[in-house]
Amino acid sequence: MSAVRQWSRDLAMGVRFAFGGGREGWTRTLLTAVGVGLGVTLLLLTTAVPNVLAERSAREHARADHTFSQPERPKGPDTLVVADANTQFGAEDVRGRLLEPEGPKAPRPPGVDRLPGPGEMVVSPALKKLLASDSGALLRERLPYRVTGTIGEEGLVGSQELTYYAGATGLAQRIDSSSVARIVAFGEDVRGQEDERLDPVLILLILVIFTVLLMPVAVFIAAAVRFGGERRDRRLAALRLVGSDSRMTRRIAAGEALGGSLLGLVLGTVFFLIGRQAAGSVEVLGTSVFPSYLTPTPALAALVAVAVPAASVLVTLLTLRGVVIEPLGVVRTAKPSRRRLWWRLLLPVGGLAMLYPMTGKGRENGDFNQYLVVGGVLLLLAGVTALLPWIVEAVVARLGTGGVSWQLAIRRLQLSSGTAARTVNGIAVAVAGAIALQMLFAGVEGDYREPTGKDLRRAQMQVDLREDTKATIDGDNGALAQLRSTKGVEQAILLSHSYFSERAKNPEHTVEVTVGDCDALRLLANLPTCRDGDAFRLTGAEYDEDRTDIVKAGATVWFDPSADGDKGKEIAWKIPAGVRTAPSVDGLHGYRVGGMLLTPSALPKNVRSTLYSDIYLRLDRSMPEAADHVRNTAWRLDPLAGAWMWESTQESKKFAAIRQGLFVGAACVLTLIGASLLVSQLEQLRERRKLLSSLVAFGTRRRTLGLSVLWQTAVPIALGLLLASAVGLTLGAVLLRMTATAVRVDWASVLTMTGIGAGVVLAVTALSLPPLARLMRADGLRTE
Amino acid sequence: MCTVVLMSIGHTLLGLLESGPRHGYDLKRAFDEKFGHDRPLHYGQVYSTMSRLLKHGLVEVDGIEAGDGPERKRYAITDAGITDVERWLATPEKPEPYLQSTLYTKVVLALLTHRNAADILDTQRAEHLRSMRILTDRKRKGDLADQLICDHALFHLEADLRWLELTAARLDKLRQAVVSS
Amino acid sequence: MTAPAGSLLVAEGLRKAYGPTVALDGAEFSIHPGEVVAVMGPSGSGKSTLLHCLAGIVTPDAGTILYDGRDLARMNDAQRSALRRSEFGFVFQFGQLVPELTCVENVALPLRLNGTPRKKAEQTALEWMRRLEVHDLAGKRPGEVSGGQGQRVAVARALVTGPRVLFADEPTGALDSLNGERVMELLTESARSSGTAVVLVTHEARVAAYSDREIVVRDGKSRDMERIV
Repeated sequence: MSAVRQWSRDLAMGVRFAFGGGREGWTRTLLTAVGVGLGVTLLLLTTAVPNVLAERSAREHARADHTFSQPERPKGPDTLVVADANTQFGAEDVRGRLLEPEGPKAPRPPGVDRLPGPGEMVVSPALKKLLASDSGALLRERLPYRVTGTIGEEGLVGSQELTYYAGATGLAQRIDSSSVARIVAFGEDVRGQEDERLDPVLILLILVIFTVLLMPVAVFIAAAVRFGGERRDRRLAALRLVGSDSRMTRRIAAGEALGGSLLGLVLGTVFFLIGRQAAGSVEVLGTSVFPSYLTPTPALAALVAVAVPAASVLVTLLTLRGVVIEPLGVVRTAKPSRRRLWWRLLLPVGGLAMLYPMTGKGRENGDFNQYLVVGGVLLLLAGVTALLPWIVEAVVARLGTGGVSWQLAIRRLQLSSGTAARTVNGIAVAVAGAIALQMLFAGVEGDYREPTGKDLRRAQMQVDLREDTKATIDGDNGALAQLRSTKGVEQAILLSHSYFSERAKNPEHTVEVTVGDCDALRLLANLPTCRDGDAFRLTGAEYDEDRTDIVKAGATVWFDPSADGDKGKEIAWKIPAGVRTAPSVDGLHGYRVGGMLLTPSALPKNVRSTLYSDIYLRLDRSMPEAADHVRNTAWRLDPLAGAWMWESTQESKKFAAIRQGLFVGAACVLTLIGASLLVSQLEQLRERRKLLSSLVAFGTRRRTLGLSVLWQTAVPIALGLLLASAVGLTLGAVLLRMTATAVRVDWASVLTMTGIGAGVVLAVTALSLPPLARLMRADGLRTE
Repeated sequence: MCTVVLMSIGHTLLGLLESGPRHGYDLKRAFDEKFGHDRPLHYGQVYSTMSRLLKHGLVEVDGIEAGDGPERKRYAITDAGITDVERWLATPEKPEPYLQSTLYTKVVLALLTHRNAADILDTQRAEHLRSMRILTDRKRKGDLADQLICDHALFHLEADLRWLELTAARLDKLRQAVVSS
Repeated sequence: MTAPAGSLLVAEGLRKAYGPTVALDGAEFSIHPGEVVAVMGPSGSGKSTLLHCLAGIVTPDAGTILYDGRDLARMNDAQRSALRRSEFGFVFQFGQLVPELTCVENVALPLRLNGTPRKKAEQTALEWMRRLEVHDLAGKRPGEVSGGQGQRVAVARALVTGPRVLFADEPTGALDSLNGERVMELLTESARSSGTAVVLVTHEARVAAYSDREIVVRDGKSRDMERIV
């Protein structure tokens, strides 16, 4: 018989065993299948990621309404005026647009069948739900329009997105170059646009993230294939007894694993489809998707479908390498020989060797060699899986005996340290990878995350009124007064800005002028005394390229001077006598302003028209909804007014997206690994059912057994986390050196990641306690 | 009770003689020691058996010692005797079929007369176990020979007991069979 | 029926069902201090369930179990566990020794559960192993000893705390008759010499013959064979 036929016959027989082995056989196959299925689900999700990104960006482009390069066009039958009316509710962003069609052929945004009339709006399903809920009360004040429809899926980027289009009137007068525009079509022609090139460091990050996330999945699938190994061994021995030779038996075992993993592929597809539907109803870190986005890339999906079963066969053959299957039982020859260290060390050292040549490269010197990066990271992380069994064996052999629970756990670990190490491997790899990534993030963060310099102690919110509504600021019922009396506002400060020059036309210098009442001005300078009508010249400014020497009493200066073709108002002003000097202090924006400070009366009326103003608010921090009250007030003042929270840092958008990806991925991987730990834990308990019941019979406390289960997981996990930290820190340091960033250990992330790892252990232990309690009931003693 | 029911005292005595000539009294002692724990042989039994063996030429008189007591003959085994012992040992014992059992009869009778057959079985069972308990106790205190002899009996009793259990479990069926026929 | 005076453990009217399967249906039991009582019966008759109820491992659906005047049904799980730890000992058919612990550690386990320090517990364990003639196996793991030796280790473990009742469920079920007898001899001898009562569940008459008295369980009902005659 040819080798191929022999192989396929034995494998087929194994597959039959996998499904025909009675209840016990089924359970085992199902365990493997569920494990492999979970892994396949994650792999399929990963293969769908490119599609998700593409789909989201396509949707975003399709509904784009105006860009900065919008040409001005006349009103026509096919025009629509659209105004940005984005807002925030709590921590959630709400995308909003006011629409005013100017003719019957006005374009409709994607997903909207009929344009909303004035006072009407169409909303996304998530927003509709929010508005209808009790918690949406404050938002309803701001969006009082009548809901006449919902936005279809093609008009939304994610399923949980909060979006509305409201009909409005009078927008045409307010067209400007930024937030209100006249358009003839939605959507943006992305063709011909130059792809934004990701910079090499970002590509490095993405490569590492994928490697780090997929590696534990591979480890996990390898572990899942071995579920129920002990029972299988007994069956294999029986096969030998009826006359199959040693090679046939191995192939049959591989066939069993193949059966499990094939079923796992099916389950994985089912899980994926279920997860795909479920994905539509969740939002992770502000990102939601539609099920239709989650379509695996065909080539990658095919790769998964081939690689997973093939891997299961390989893993089985590999694990049976050190095993002799005799007719009367299975003998592990690998057992007596102690695990050797040298080849295990070779892996991480090899990984370092691959990464090392790239150190100090930074982002200026072109792309990193992707193969070397992936290879190096893979080898380093594989080093964890290779080293861990050795370390667990070496340490556990030296552990002394303590209490009964400890003794039970340690003795078990001493006998089968390999099993313990295998289960922990996944978590160790994930944690090592995550620590390295966190370190890399923390290190390069400085480059992608800029401090805004804003002083959050004195103001947390800023309201920007548009030029065309500035006139309404002052007065008893003006914007300022209304904001001041808004719930949760402790202080509202109005600062207006302008500048003057020494000449009316084509000046060489400009001097900054800030106008505000004495309270407001004190935020910018140290003023011993101040009355309305005072004027100050600032000293010690940070960016004082202004020529302050033109600020002399009696000198004439011009506000809004003309420059080249740009005609200004050229308002002359004589600097009054009695201008005092005052030292500038760090202002709201975090730097010392220069130029002049003027109280309102010190400024001639006619200059007012050149001022632009901002309102800064200090909120009552004990009132979380204060910001939404402010947004409501701002909306009443002008639906197009901007009101936003200050942040102390500003992240580069792309960086934030990658980081989010890492968090989402890490969460999935850790959940998956937790699940696998739980499965093997339960399986172990099931196998020891009889023993557990007899231990209970002679009075063993449940606590003792529970603790021993905890130790049994906690000891290898602790070792795994220790090793993971060491490898993770090394990898992180190397990666940082590669980006030419100073190496700094980010202890917080080390603690967080190891803490999460430890949390998974606790969760697994906690979840295995109820089944443990059930197994410990005397039913286990009944002889069937 | 614990004695092996000796089908052939003659063969046993012959076998004992194989190791060397003995007086009749020695023979009795050796027999009692090894086989006759419960029921020692009467001397007369030895005497009559030896006479029979003499007649068949399986033993011969090796010498006579005159003394105070009874006349003491020394017996020795003949070649024909040795052959006879050999043949006896090589012949398997016929397994006891116990096809006719008093107990079975009792049970059937009880069923026919509508008496409580289960009680009969249980009573017998208790009796059997009581015997087994005594044997077990003896076995514990005795030497290897005791143990083997008692085990022989114990296994037989156990077999009976199993039959009792089985019959108890099939009593209903048996009742149907017995009453209808 | 009232229990004979001076009983250590008395059960009356025990009922227990596992789903639709009725395991015990009004079973009774009593045992004196130092007495060896065999519980016999066909398989599935409920004899193991009777043992589990008597030992406080399983709570019966109905009936009372008095141990030394205390009602087991009224104790909570912790109390019953404590009772099993200190007053009862157990030997099962197989699968009761912790495979990772050495034999002496297995025998010492009940003592350690009661809080005895390791050294002292293992010393006592060794003494008991000597009585059961398995002290030379002290450092071996259960997987490395024969079935008969393993059962003797189990008996040593059951007796190490000096229990007042030893529950043995088919203790020789997995052994050949020679090993089985040796285990039974040592078990009953050790129990008798320390005044421990033994509840012996078995389906083998020759094992039951080591008892002082016999109870037969059929269809969940018990029958004391001494009272028939």
